[in-house]
Amino acid sequence: MKNTTRPISPHLQIYRPQITSVLSIVHRGTGIVLATGALLLVYWLNALAAGADAFDQLRHLMGAWYGQVILLGFSFSLFYHLCNGVRHLFWDAGLGFELETVYRSGKAVVAVSLLLTAVTWMTAFARGGTS
Amino acid sequence: MSLRTPLARARGVGSARQGTSHFWAQRVSAIALIPLCVWFVYSMLALQGSPYEAVHAWIAQPAAALLFGLFVVSLFYHAHLGLQVVIEDYVHTQWLKVSSLVLLKLLCVLLAAAAILSLLRIALGS
Repeated sequence: MKNTTRPISPHLQIYRPQITSVLSIVHRGTGIVLATGALLLVYWLNALAAGADAFDQLRHLMGAWYGQVILLGFSFSLFYHLCNGVRHLFWDAGLGFELETVYRSGKAVVAVSLLLTAVTWMTAFARGGTS
Repeated sequence: MSLRTPLARARGVGSARQGTSHFWAQRVSAIALIPLCVWFVYSMLALQGSPYEAVHAWIAQPAAALLFGLFVVSLFYHAHLGLQVVIEDYVHTQWLKVSSLVLLKLLCVLLAAAAILSLLRIALGS
């Protein structure tokens, strides 16, 4: 027997995006991005095993602007997923559940992951070349 | 008709009988990946711009090859656990869900094995 008059929970687009929900979905999103990044890592290792030609070919691709954009995306995803993953581990330990703390740790995760991405790329540029 | 409420099935280890093992495996692989990721980023920055021979020689070192191997295995294990939940959350057609899950598992094993093979070729020099 189906009760069609029962109240139905509102759909996702009804809710105003909040820092908690947005950071949560970004965690999943960056996780998926990183899984595709792992494909590139396997390809890179294979090229390194195959020889200088294959390796330099891949390096050339990753050195082009689109390769750099992809690497930038992967690096930010890595730092974000890493930082927010640590945040999750604190929650698993039962720590930091007060709403105020959740907001603060969320903002900290975004700031630190942006900072780490910037530092990584500045280091890469400072060392000359980016591939 | 059963008078038992769904609660009876949900108590303890739950209806699937293994709810916490996935949770634990995800956390343990996450913790393992923290130092490995830091080491990986450091390595990539250190190697960046180096010629092929230097990168090859660096990864051929036993310690680097071992750490890289651990990194890749933990990475694909963790990725498998995460993507499995994504599929379970969003794919509701039974046959599609099951085949996606099997395909995902096979793909993760294949990719991890391919990475290990490459590492062995580099480390053992062929």
